[in-house]
Amino acid sequence: MLTYLIRRVLYAIPIALSVGLVCFMLVHIAPGDPINAIVPADAPQELVDQIRRDYGLDKPLPIQFGIWLGRVVLGDLGTSLATGRPVWSDLSVAIVNTLRLAVTAALIGFVLGCVLGGLAGSFQGTVIDKLAVGLAVTGVSVPHYWLGMVMVILFSVTLNWLPAMGAGPGGSSDWAWDWQHVQHLILPAVTLSVIPMGIVTRTVRGIVAEILNQDFIQTLRGKGLTQRGIFLHVVKNAAPNTIAVIGLQLGYLMGGSILVETVFSWPGTGLLLNNAIFQRDLPVLQATILVLAMFFVALNLIVDLVQTALDPRIKRA
Amino acid sequence: MADGAASAKIGAAKPAGTAAAAELAVQAREAALKSQGYWAGVWKRLRRDPVTIACAAILLAMLAAIVFAPLIAPHDPYQGSMLRRLRPVGTPNHPLGTDELGRDMLTRLIFGGRLSWFMGITPVFLAFVIGTGLGVLAGYAGGGVNMLIMRTTDVFYAFPSVLLAVAISGALGAGTVNAILSLTLVFIPPVIRVAESVTTGVRNLDFVDAARASGAGAFTIIRVHILGNVLGPIFVYATSLVSVSMILASGLSFLGLGVTPPEPEWGLMLNTLRTAIYVNPTVAMLPGLCIFATSICFNLLSDGLRQAMDVRA
Repeated sequence: MLTYLIRRVLYAIPIALSVGLVCFMLVHIAPGDPINAIVPADAPQELVDQIRRDYGLDKPLPIQFGIWLGRVVLGDLGTSLATGRPVWSDLSVAIVNTLRLAVTAALIGFVLGCVLGGLAGSFQGTVIDKLAVGLAVTGVSVPHYWLGMVMVILFSVTLNWLPAMGAGPGGSSDWAWDWQHVQHLILPAVTLSVIPMGIVTRTVRGIVAEILNQDFIQTLRGKGLTQRGIFLHVVKNAAPNTIAVIGLQLGYLMGGSILVETVFSWPGTGLLLNNAIFQRDLPVLQATILVLAMFFVALNLIVDLVQTALDPRIKRA
Repeated sequence: MADGAASAKIGAAKPAGTAAAAELAVQAREAALKSQGYWAGVWKRLRRDPVTIACAAILLAMLAAIVFAPLIAPHDPYQGSMLRRLRPVGTPNHPLGTDELGRDMLTRLIFGGRLSWFMGITPVFLAFVIGTGLGVLAGYAGGGVNMLIMRTTDVFYAFPSVLLAVAISGALGAGTVNAILSLTLVFIPPVIRVAESVTTGVRNLDFVDAARASGAGAFTIIRVHILGNVLGPIFVYATSLVSVSMILASGLSFLGLGVTPPEPEWGLMLNTLRTAIYVNPTVAMLPGLCIFATSICFNLLSDGLRQAMDVRA
């Protein structure tokens, strides 16, 4: 176990470095001189040359990568071209907002998916099963940015129940867990939750059906265990894999919320990324992608470790 | 099959000798069924699956509509009129209304399907070809080659797919080709993983050893024995990606990263109609409905294919 733990953590290091390399290369696959990502287009030539030397952009790429990596490790993610502020000051606020949205959506999707998947797996072939499977397919097939628009039309425009945009009254950016703020969270979170709902339903249905087919369930039934007792056995067996799926889904939501955030003007990383792309603010683009991807790498690691710790059947050397 | 079972039942009611004969008849019938081959079996199973058939029919109808768009579309997709902007569904001469520039919605939805389908399917097709090549190579060669290919794949797995697509097209800039390129890069790694695992499973089977023992070269073995056995499962897996690809491709256009105006494309149309949801919500929802319908049909079709082809991937 301990060896596996160490090996798994060590394995995450080259992955993290390669992810850094991909993010570093993003600026270099962008059309144009990467220096344009640092200085405004109308800067005088002497200044451009000066900055090129300062940033080491006149050096070969591998050395540039080393310099960049050194800065990032020390927490310097660069300066935004659009605002002139350090990238981290905007990014840190946006990350918290995205995390709030993604965790809420993952929770909704997780609860619904477990209930639907559990029911479908227990009553295979019945109407309940078909309904749950249908909902799951719909969840993974619906373009969620469109679903967001439909939600806005229904609940904001027609019924006027919930606000359509922003994360707080009057566009304020401070968050509090009161109705004033939470009502802004409901529509984007529900919209975003349909994807994990669909995927968790499918997964849990498969896991539950497989467990119910195993011999030990037959034995439990045979010795007269109550339905509730059997249910507990199924939950215990299904938990490790289900937790793994939902953990990865949270990561996908963190990175995939850009479309939903754009629809609802949710002030998270998605909106930040969207603005950065259209202002050609490459430092912000690069840093946001890097932080989100690192978050995903860390989450993958945690999910693996938790799954190994929870499930004694997994023997990883 | 049903006939065979019936004759077996009749046979059981008759004296023992006839029963044995009936049993033989059943066996012969089953053997004949098997000799029809794998694809006949797949087709037989598919035919009994109404959902899959319905989805295939809808998709074929859509395909026909977008291929023959200039023949069936009632108006010009680019020609608008400021006088008839955002007309509701059911307007005479404009059955699905008009968009924010007064262009006929039905026409633009039919023409929009061309780019949406092209941008959704091309990345999966390219990823299928490239991913299969690299995956089979990794699985068959093993060792260092496998290590190199699979560890590179791991790196791309460290990005959530939407983020990777947005990152690459964001850096490259808006455009149809850039969007297709970025989505291809997103789908290659999962195809490689599936191709590698299926190939590794087939590589160690006896018939591959037998082929090698009888003097077949690596190229022949891969072409005849490996590809013949792995293409089916990889293909089924690739079909399951089409739905995601359609949603992501239109999503990139929705963000302004894919198709550029005034080209008709469902995601872009959804974006430009966003401001119209207060004026004419029904018309504003139509392009998304098209994406949804296509995506769910591809998903159900893929599920049906997987079951009919008996693939566990």
